[in-house]
Amino acid sequence: QNDGYRTLSLSENVGLGSLPDQLVKKSTKQGFYFNVLCVGETGIGKSTLIKSLFNINFDDPVSMHFLPNMQLRAQTYELQESNVLLKLTIVNTVGFGDQIKRQDSYQPIVDYIDAQFEAYFQEELKIERSLFSYHDTRIHVCLYFIPPTGHSLKSLDLLTMKILDSKVNIIPIIGKADSITKTELPKFKNKIMSELVSNGVQIYQFPTDDETVSEINTYMGGHLPFAVVGSTEEVMIGNKMVRARQYPWGIVQVEDENHCDFVKLREMLICTNMEDLREQTHARHYELYRRCRLEEMGFRVIGPENKPVSLQEAYEAMRHKLDLEKQRKEEQLTQQFMQRVKEKEIMLKQAEQQIQTQFKHCMLMYQEEKMKLERRKNALEYEIAMFIEKKANAELLQSQASVSTPGFSLERDNE
Amino acid sequence: GSSLEPEEPSMEPPAVPEEEEMPVTAPSGQEGCQLFGYVGIEAVLDQMKIKTMKTGFEFNIMVVGQSGLGKSTMVNTLFKSKVSRKASQPGQEEPIPKTVQLQSVTHVIEEKGVKMKLTVTDTPGFGDQINNENCWDPIIKYINEQYERYLREEILITRKRKIPDTRVHGCVYFVPPTGHWLRPLDLEFMRRLSKIVNVVPVIAKADTLTLEERAEFKQRVRAGPQGAPEMLCVPPRPQLKSRTLQIQEDLKTHAISVYPQEDFDQDPEDRLLNDRIREKIPFAVVGADQEHQVNGKRVLGRKTKWGIIEVENPAHCEFPLLRDLLIRSHLQDLKDITHNVHYESYRVRRLNESNQ
Repeated sequence: QNDGYRTLSLSENVGLGSLPDQLVKKSTKQGFYFNVLCVGETGIGKSTLIKSLFNINFDDPVSMHFLPNMQLRAQTYELQESNVLLKLTIVNTVGFGDQIKRQDSYQPIVDYIDAQFEAYFQEELKIERSLFSYHDTRIHVCLYFIPPTGHSLKSLDLLTMKILDSKVNIIPIIGKADSITKTELPKFKNKIMSELVSNGVQIYQFPTDDETVSEINTYMGGHLPFAVVGSTEEVMIGNKMVRARQYPWGIVQVEDENHCDFVKLREMLICTNMEDLREQTHARHYELYRRCRLEEMGFRVIGPENKPVSLQEAYEAMRHKLDLEKQRKEEQLTQQFMQRVKEKEIMLKQAEQQIQTQFKHCMLMYQEEKMKLERRKNALEYEIAMFIEKKANAELLQSQASVSTPGFSLERDNE
Repeated sequence: GSSLEPEEPSMEPPAVPEEEEMPVTAPSGQEGCQLFGYVGIEAVLDQMKIKTMKTGFEFNIMVVGQSGLGKSTMVNTLFKSKVSRKASQPGQEEPIPKTVQLQSVTHVIEEKGVKMKLTVTDTPGFGDQINNENCWDPIIKYINEQYERYLREEILITRKRKIPDTRVHGCVYFVPPTGHWLRPLDLEFMRRLSKIVNVVPVIAKADTLTLEERAEFKQRVRAGPQGAPEMLCVPPRPQLKSRTLQIQEDLKTHAISVYPQEDFDQDPEDRLLNDRIREKIPFAVVGADQEHQVNGKRVLGRKTKWGIIEVENPAHCEFPLLRDLLIRSHLQDLKDITHNVHYESYRVRRLNESNQ
């Protein structure tokens, strides 16, 4: 691990011992984010378990079974214990598995998880970003509730877990485990685990590489899936009030390890591995998402000389490609446009010619008409002239005759 | 079975629910809750500590100043080991280079289970030429190169789990003890560099301030809302304090913001702590790597004809303050400011420029 650097020996107390404390102090001030996704069918005890696990009380409307499709509901709580501030977000799947057609039950979950990754991804890519004060909403752990049938995994559960295993850390748990007997439980657990293994579902592995936690993690790992019971009621046992469920035949104590695995779950989830869950989410699941996203955007992972390509080079190559594409399209469009213009011009020319011919034709007609009318006019004028002459002659005759005859014969002539 | 019982009386339940606000009624949005009983959230602190001990720390420090000011000795004294081989060979004359060279040496030191990979970058040749114009350029170039390296790693498509951090977290600038004001070289350097890196100025070889200088500096008192110097904490040696005040004044006049920068104080608690440090900057330090006997104890110090200057004695010099600042209290803060502020502004510049 020294990478070949010389190790120096210190002659005295330098003060390095305070370094982890400095780091931790900073993180405590900022607070930790922890986001839990609960997947399971309606009524399996998700909300109750969360309330028991984190000791919080909230008014949660009891879900009905008749939702048209599955929804995800997220709520954030701020919990403080000694000087640690935990910003806890619980995402609940409401109506999971309630529909008649359940093929798409898992899709909203996948979309939600991806949306949180996408938000972080976008923030990381920004030019002016503020990652250290970013509200991290990425899901750190998925508690998958398996119904306590006692037989085997349902196909919906198997399918959903298979789809989610590459996106989030999955911890399978058996909900409402107080309905399984002591003898049925180990068989059920083994069945579930072997089904998961044979179907290649990768659930979250408690880390065993660090000596301080490997022992307990290996021990706990052998008890998966955890059979849990949750309760929001307290019962007096001896002289203490404990969380328990009271039945006519006895009392199931939530925090009794003989009764259920609640304590184991709390130990694993919170006390031992919370930090590892967060780190795995960031270093493994998020990085995978990021890589897929970049590849989908068109960037290749290995460059032409088989060296890993940096985002910048890939971006520039892509930009170049898109520029060429743009140029090509531009030329194409210009050509199309020119083509159309030409066609239009031809059309217009034709129309113009047509009009010209029509115009000529009209002109000719007009000329003819005009000539005709002229002739008629001339004819009529000639007639008029004739008539006036006749009239003049007639008047002359009349005037000569009126000397000899009375006037009424004049009127007859005038008609 | 495991020995973890949540009801163990030794594990005390969290302090009184003074923690959170009102009980919850609204079903959505952010809510504060009261905790009844033990949950175990504080265990996450231990988890974090374990992780950091496993991965170890990286710390990169740069020392800048003219040759002969005791930079190498100082580094050795800080890390209590022979980080720099130069200081241990006082007889050997290393030729002063014609231009500023940058030499980085990396070591791994371990104490109480904490591993630290320490890189010290020395800058021989700085300020030693007749014409020192632009002698800060190679240094600025080096610092920017480290940011560039980190940026390139960060934008890879498949990137490393832990990006190797070679960025300079702190630049200790050695101001010569003699002189009236900060020299133009000092001002120019600190002005340019405090924009891209955390600069911690120190007065080197503080044992050589002479009486005349002491008297003169006393006149330069920093006026201001904090009042007369008597109201500040009693300095170990009044003449050092005046030089300190005078340098502070200079820095203020030229608007040079050295570490810890006022703009980055996160909350009133931080501000209070950092204000106390800011009053004492620049620290007047003396470096030594040899041990002597004083009053029956072995101490690190410099033996002179007129006495032994104890490096770790706050009455003799302010070395302990420097060490505390750099290592014991503000190491993580130095790294954080480098990462969240200086690196980010480099990244913004770089991305904007490649967009054009």
